[in-house]
Amino acid sequence: MVKVDGTNNKDALIRVRDLDKKYHRGSEVIDVLQGLNLDVSVGDFVAFMGPSGSGKTTLLNLLGGLDVPSDGTITVAGEQINRMSGRVLSAWRARHVGFVFQMYNLIPVLTAFQNVELPLLLTKLSKSDRRRHVETALSIVGLSDRMQHYPRQLSGGQEQRVAIARAIVADPTFLLCDEPTGDLDRKSADEIMDLLVRLIGEHRKTILMVTHDPRAAERAQSVLHLEKGALVEAHR
Amino acid sequence: MAIPLTYNLRSVSNRWVSSIVAVVGIAGAVGVFIAMMSLANGFRAALVTAGSDRNATVLRGGATAELESAIALEQARLVGDTAGVARNGEGQPMISPEIVVVTALPKKDTGTDANVQMRGVTEMAPKVHDRFRIVAGRYFKPGIAELVVGRNANHTVRGMEIGARPRFGGQDWEVVGIFESGGSAFDSEIWLDGNLLAEAFQRPIGLYQSITARLESPSSFQVFKDALTSNPALTLQTEPETVYYARQSEALSTMIQTLGSMVAVVMGIGAIFGALNTMYSAVSARSREIATLRALGFGQGSVVVSFVVESLLISLVGGLLGCLAALPVNGMAVSTLNFQTFSHMAFAFQVSGPILLFGIGFALLMGLFGGIFPALRAARLPIATALREL
Repeated sequence: MVKVDGTNNKDALIRVRDLDKKYHRGSEVIDVLQGLNLDVSVGDFVAFMGPSGSGKTTLLNLLGGLDVPSDGTITVAGEQINRMSGRVLSAWRARHVGFVFQMYNLIPVLTAFQNVELPLLLTKLSKSDRRRHVETALSIVGLSDRMQHYPRQLSGGQEQRVAIARAIVADPTFLLCDEPTGDLDRKSADEIMDLLVRLIGEHRKTILMVTHDPRAAERAQSVLHLEKGALVEAHR
Repeated sequence: MAIPLTYNLRSVSNRWVSSIVAVVGIAGAVGVFIAMMSLANGFRAALVTAGSDRNATVLRGGATAELESAIALEQARLVGDTAGVARNGEGQPMISPEIVVVTALPKKDTGTDANVQMRGVTEMAPKVHDRFRIVAGRYFKPGIAELVVGRNANHTVRGMEIGARPRFGGQDWEVVGIFESGGSAFDSEIWLDGNLLAEAFQRPIGLYQSITARLESPSSFQVFKDALTSNPALTLQTEPETVYYARQSEALSTMIQTLGSMVAVVMGIGAIFGALNTMYSAVSARSREIATLRALGFGQGSVVVSFVVESLLISLVGGLLGCLAALPVNGMAVSTLNFQTFSHMAFAFQVSGPILLFGIGFALLMGLFGGIFPALRAARLPIATALREL
């Protein structure tokens, strides 16, 4: 269950406390996040909304270990990630986080299969085990017949489904989706949201999603708004 | 595990235009490097192969080359009687007293004069210099104004065909044979009767400049040397013929190598900038891909290795092309002035396996320098920012 008031949820998978993030632009200090609290449990599907520049993507980057907070703590599955070195954080990301980006961020010179296989190259799985995992992930997203296609040979919706397969292939602790439908037409966007909901229902994934799209947000279990650097639960 | 090599291979082929800039630059530098090293190698080989490990070169004490040396006839006889010297079937000592004269003769291609080395020898010379063989005509007859011409001299000096009658030293001579000596420096010489040569150039008869002694075996050298240097009647020095000729090649081959290396290094620096440019633009164009790989969990080290490997791949292709481009010079004949003899010497570019390997190593070194800084930049890209780059 998602909480933003800072009271402890003993079952929380992700716990954020008093999170601050400041940016410096010359002599100017920009407070993006101020004293933000968040508790997310296993199996939650959370949507973050808010105007441009409100810090949604910054929050996602901090949760994914792509950026470091100015203050506060982020604890995931008992591990405090804000104290990790860059090297440890890379290994942590590989083990715990699956990323889905607005622009899919597939490697254009690799096939769908090779793109999905990338996170598994950081594991100790054998080649045959990797192949099995990749085939499973691609079948979950319905692209078993597109394994040897390059990203340029796929539609936007298919590319995003490959990106989702890549995000889930190593069975990460949670998924971070940054505007996953932002570059897609309505039909493709709905298919992607169906897929994410299915991952929650059938595979008990935990998903945190940033979106501008109210229709995508309403598919989430919880919608949180970023206002003045803090999270506020939306009334639904 | 590292970022898959497929990623680099396909990225290079996808960006082939900018990759070619680096490849061509590296190939050029490697080609020049190999050509210059082959030139020095060919020069060194031409001189070194002139020597035999069964021969010893004898000079006056303190002389560093034949032109500085003088050995009297009596001393030559004593050298022949020295321990370790081989004897022929008739029991004669196998020594070749030789005099050397440098004279200007017109070159075939330009007509301008070039210094040509003439070697005044005896009938024993072809037996002592075991690579010597007549390939056309015959050997000169002693006491007659005949001469035999080395194959290279035959190609480069005007009027050195069999039957020709060149004039020098105030008299006419007749070319009666062409010889070769395994591509060595002798091939650029003209051999004739020692006494007639001395007479023609007003040298004292019975005064030689060097003696080449055929030894009983290569291991007899120390015995020969000890006997020679301990004889109070002789003020001579000796060294293995191979060592003597290797030393003669040092100055010019070192100069060629040094100049060649300097040219190659300057070209190499240019090629490194080409590689740097290629790799920096690769990093710039692929910053989102790099950030994605980093987000997926690939560490900074993996990114550095990946981009350095990519740069090395490009440089390897450049190196191989440079080697291929340099291969046609192998065996190509050139001539130059040998500082030690002040005479024209023809020799061939000699591309060898080690030189090609050096060329590849040079290419990889350029690739390493051209790749490491862009790779470090790639690894240090701020992930969050780079992920959003278009």
